[in-house]
Amino acid sequence: MIRADEHHLRNGTLKAHSDQKQQGSNSLKNGFHVAGKVQKNANGDSFHQPRVRGEDSFEEAPMYVAVLTYMGYGIVILFGYFRDFLRAVGLEKCHQAQEREEQKDFVPLYQDFENFYKRNLYMRVRDNWNRPICSLPGPVFDVMERVSDDYNWTFRLTGKTIENVINMGSYNYLGFAENNVDFLKTVAEETRQYGVGVCSTRQELGNLSIHENLEQLVAEFLGVESAMAFGMGFATNSMNIPALVGKGCLILSDELNHTSLILGARLSGATIRVFKHNNMQSLEKLLKEAICSGQPRTHRGWKKILIMVEGIYSMEGSLVRLPEILALKKKYKAYLYLDEAHSIGAVGPTGRGVTEHFGVDPNEVDVLMGTFTKSFGAAGGYIAGKKELVDYLRSHSHSAMYATAMSPPVVEQIIRAIKCIMGVDGTTEGQRRVRQLSENTRYLRSRLKEMGFIVYGNQDSPVVPLLLYLPGKVGEFSRAMLKRKIGVVVVGFPATPIAEARARFCVSAAHTREMLDKVLQNLDELGDHIRVKFSRRRPSHRQELYNETDFERDS
Amino acid sequence: MDMKSMREYVCWLYYQYLLITGIYVLEPWEKSIFNTVLCTMVAMVIYTSYVFVPIHVRLALEFFSELVRGQPESTVALMNSP
Repeated sequence: MIRADEHHLRNGTLKAHSDQKQQGSNSLKNGFHVAGKVQKNANGDSFHQPRVRGEDSFEEAPMYVAVLTYMGYGIVILFGYFRDFLRAVGLEKCHQAQEREEQKDFVPLYQDFENFYKRNLYMRVRDNWNRPICSLPGPVFDVMERVSDDYNWTFRLTGKTIENVINMGSYNYLGFAENNVDFLKTVAEETRQYGVGVCSTRQELGNLSIHENLEQLVAEFLGVESAMAFGMGFATNSMNIPALVGKGCLILSDELNHTSLILGARLSGATIRVFKHNNMQSLEKLLKEAICSGQPRTHRGWKKILIMVEGIYSMEGSLVRLPEILALKKKYKAYLYLDEAHSIGAVGPTGRGVTEHFGVDPNEVDVLMGTFTKSFGAAGGYIAGKKELVDYLRSHSHSAMYATAMSPPVVEQIIRAIKCIMGVDGTTEGQRRVRQLSENTRYLRSRLKEMGFIVYGNQDSPVVPLLLYLPGKVGEFSRAMLKRKIGVVVVGFPATPIAEARARFCVSAAHTREMLDKVLQNLDELGDHIRVKFSRRRPSHRQELYNETDFERDS
Repeated sequence: MDMKSMREYVCWLYYQYLLITGIYVLEPWEKSIFNTVLCTMVAMVIYTSYVFVPIHVRLALEFFSELVRGQPESTVALMNSP
């Protein structure tokens, strides 16, 4: 009895109700080290025990929503054809690029669905994207006002700015996108010492001592042997995967991997097979098939099998099933490439990423990749792992050899951010931010679920996709939120499946409770006005009670 | 007051119709075209139902009532004939 109480009071913030129900299915899936956790947590200190992840929720909308979505798209596509006809006949001026008269007999350039979609659907709601910002992307920012006279084909700035718009779209998870002079002292000093441009690649004359410091610090932060930093996160993936795998290797990548991973995989020339999102049965089946039948025509064994997954998937907000993948990897002797672009700094009790969140030793993952763009407020990416791996990449990666080295102020920003999170600079600011982020995440997600919105993903992920489905509502949602001085990012086809358009919120540690309350209140009103509260589940109110008591105990 | 809130409610219903059918993203003249076509079709349906449905309903009722009345007669006829 006492043990159950301790369990609830200690772990009230770490577990949700759904965890208790899911124990059975979790322990069936992976006899690894999940099954024994529940009893251990009650008396151990929860930071060092591996924790159970909550289940990802991918609630389906009622059937009429899907029907109406397709109907809406159908009507707008019909009008698209009608407008294309008018443009072809000449009754309407075509604003978009067109082939010249001489080229009309050749293969058409602008007839495929992508161009049709862009001309007729995207153009109509284009004012919701690429909005110019005129302040730093902190928790609040200023947006420049722009209007269009010809239905979004051209824009003009009115000159006014919309001030103090709450920023729910920037990847500012730990709030390091700030221009506070005290925090940026070291950055200014480094700029004074090194300047801003490096004017060389790492291999030639661009290897500054500050780069070496950064790499050592990143390796220490992650708990691995060695790390290497690159100037651009996208380039880290797309240029390093070809150095790691080549022809004769097999890449098993998740359905919803980011474009940079897909590009890197295609550039490498390896065989690519896709498994269903976070589905371990699908992955295991592919592994078995691959090992049994070998390479496609010769049936020789594969040189390497690389499993590519992400820590947090940015469109769904779901967490990777790391313990299960590690078990599979060991069983079938494959390698694991973990892209922690969104999860480094944002997940885990001390911000070390999904390896810490699951209580897994980071040395078990073969290649740890991440970016500095999201949680560290800078730019660039890193690859970390064993020393041999990183040394090999230093000489064989395209990005390392040919790309310019990272700029010193950016490097210093990353160094100061990592030192802040680790607590090396003597303050507890970093840990406070990590804790604040997880509190904000849980608060926002639980309140949104209570209100009746369909929200995808894991309860611990700071990426919160809120489903809108209908094409008309997507544009209206973004505009109405801007009118209420909240900036959101809405995503539609082709970044998401055509029937699942969504608004994606990125929670930040810099958001205060008042900001989140304002956002939630506006969302509540707008959700009722537009009618996007599609959820058919209503969680019990007891969950809120646990959050409240724990909050009081902490303060 | 009641008229105002009624008017607001009707405006909100029109707004929902625009959002759900996706017409909201179109230019005003396209909205007018779609509304015209839809109203024409709805008017035609109403007119057809007004003209033809009573006649059809009456004919159907006559057919079924004749079937019911005709049943005992035919069985009596069957019994009487040798």
